[in-house]
Amino acid sequence: MKRIVLSVALATAFGGSLVHADTVKVGMAMDTSGPFAAVGGEVRDGFNLAIKMLDGKLGGQPAEFIQQDMAGNPDQARQLVNRFVQRDKIDFFTGPVGSNVALAVAPALFSAKVPYLTSNPGPSQLAGAGCNAYFFGVSYQNDAFDEAAGKVAADRNYEKMFIVAPDYPAGKDHLNGFKRGYGKPVSDEIYTKLGQIDYAAELAQIRAAKPQAVFFFLPGAMGINFIKQFVAAGLDKDIVLLGPAFSGDEDIIPAVGDPILGMYNTAQWSQDLDVPANKKFVDAFRKEYNGRYPSVYAAQAYDVILAIDAAVKQVDGNVKDREAVLKALKAADYDSVRGKFSYGTNNFPIQAYYLRKVEKDADGRLVNRLVSKVFDNYQDVYVKDCKLK
Amino acid sequence: MSLILITEQLLNGLQFGLMLFLIAAGLTLVFGIMDIMNLAHGSLYMAGAYVAAETMQRTGSFTAAIIVAVGVTALVGIALEILIMRKLVTRDHLAQVLGSYAVILIANDLVKMIWGPTPVMLNMPAMLSGPVELLPDFLYPAFRLMIIAVGLIVALALYAFVTKTRAGVLVRAGASNRQMATLMGVKVPVLFLGVFTLGAALAALAGSLLGPITAVQIGMGEEILILVLVCIVIGGIGSIRGAFVGALLVGMVDTAGRAFLPMLLRNVFPADVASSVGPTLAAIMIYVLMAGVLVFRPSGLFPARG
Repeated sequence: MKRIVLSVALATAFGGSLVHADTVKVGMAMDTSGPFAAVGGEVRDGFNLAIKMLDGKLGGQPAEFIQQDMAGNPDQARQLVNRFVQRDKIDFFTGPVGSNVALAVAPALFSAKVPYLTSNPGPSQLAGAGCNAYFFGVSYQNDAFDEAAGKVAADRNYEKMFIVAPDYPAGKDHLNGFKRGYGKPVSDEIYTKLGQIDYAAELAQIRAAKPQAVFFFLPGAMGINFIKQFVAAGLDKDIVLLGPAFSGDEDIIPAVGDPILGMYNTAQWSQDLDVPANKKFVDAFRKEYNGRYPSVYAAQAYDVILAIDAAVKQVDGNVKDREAVLKALKAADYDSVRGKFSYGTNNFPIQAYYLRKVEKDADGRLVNRLVSKVFDNYQDVYVKDCKLK
Repeated sequence: MSLILITEQLLNGLQFGLMLFLIAAGLTLVFGIMDIMNLAHGSLYMAGAYVAAETMQRTGSFTAAIIVAVGVTALVGIALEILIMRKLVTRDHLAQVLGSYAVILIANDLVKMIWGPTPVMLNMPAMLSGPVELLPDFLYPAFRLMIIAVGLIVALALYAFVTKTRAGVLVRAGASNRQMATLMGVKVPVLFLGVFTLGAALAALAGSLLGPITAVQIGMGEEILILVLVCIVIGGIGSIRGAFVGALLVGMVDTAGRAFLPMLLRNVFPADVASSVGPTLAAIMIYVLMAGVLVFRPSGLFPARG
């Protein structure tokens, strides 16, 4: 009798561990609270939709998605990633919203040889000299949206450009990106306090300067305040409002309401992009989340799960063979919502970018619609510093 | 630099200062009278904005939104006072800071449970959503003018209440010497409940007025609370007049710093240096102001306790 119990116990333990080894583990750092909570919510919804559509499996294998909130805090994220790597032994990592967080957690993941697929930030450091075979910029390189907006301004012959961003490193990066795409000197440039709530002083300066267009990078609530106050001051009558998608996406639109109507913004994706995989995604998303349109963030998160699913399938579930996994990821052989795209040597995408405009749909709901293509095959400028092959 | 630009910035400073005053008034009275450090005051401001947004979406009337927001937040204030603040009175400041900080965290999560993590929409009424022409070629947002008007009316009413009414006498007595006031027969707990509720209502008014021009979102209370604390420290704790002057000073200095410092610096430094140094300097100007005031008047400009 004792022997039977023992063997049953052994079998269970053994069998259990076998199943355990087959499970593909994805560590996901969520930012559903903290400064990026609004974007974090979009990312979570994108992930969960893809997971649901794949029946919780990856490449047909059982999968475990370990979603932990880290509140957009780099220190918290670093601890969480250590736990993911050491205790949970994850096979893939994705999630955080902020570039600062991405840079904080990347080294630990690289040394543990865990592929990191970003669902949003694409810091220049990881695209240039600090590029790494384990990092995949599934989304975009940080400067791309701004360069596209700069090109739009140049193509439309805006002679007087006024540009605005918060006074912190990313703010400067985004404005520099715009200037690179614009290609000539801007007439005015303002940096505001990070987290500013009132833009009356800046708007008065804009009124005095009489520019043709204003380009602004003000993420989250800062942008919401700016747009509302811009329109309330009557500036929208003569001045075009232009931004990267961070300034005019679905996380912003519902909070601003009607004043955002007519705003131009640039991204590598739009909800009405004519790609079958995209139509499927947008329909499923709107069905799942009460008719809400997905944002760029949700689309990117959805893509991350699809990319992992395809890679696991291509290596037949043998995710411990990291070389094969990296090769499969780099092939980007899946139905992306952006259509077919490829990676540059620095593992950042070479893809098209578009101009979008906020309009009303048939139900009166505000939504971004595609206006035109800005870049066909955009590759970031940092790729030349990357030593990868 | 044109005269119009300067006038516009003065109006901006006045508008911002008046809103800070609405929040500062409640906070300073509560701190002045009960000696309670209530960090959760910003959460009442947030509650006001969210309730206003919800009411606006349901009824479409901005007036209704303000009235409901003020009423509901006053009720929340009463509950908060009876359930928590009353218990914290006897504890030291550290316990009060921790206790009211816990309220902030709970409030933020409650708001997230009810309205979700994304900011919610609160539009200004269509009538006030455009600019008005004050002078030829001088446009100013109508909504901000309305805020200035409401802020001035409330400030005057509050001043009349504190200086001219019997309740106001009790409030002042409680603020300048609580023990003595108690000995003279003032029912301090009742007085405190009243002041706390008034403070909550004022914060909600500020929240519902500022909501349409800023963002209604989680954490909006903490952002503004820091500025409000600066106003109170400058003005002198417990004094309505002090809160008024402090708020206007902070509003003016903040606006002027952001508007004119980068322009002035541009005359001295190259443009890229000026555009990066200017805002940083502007951001610290209100704290320089506070430090300056404290050097010469350690208890603020108009301290309630002499």
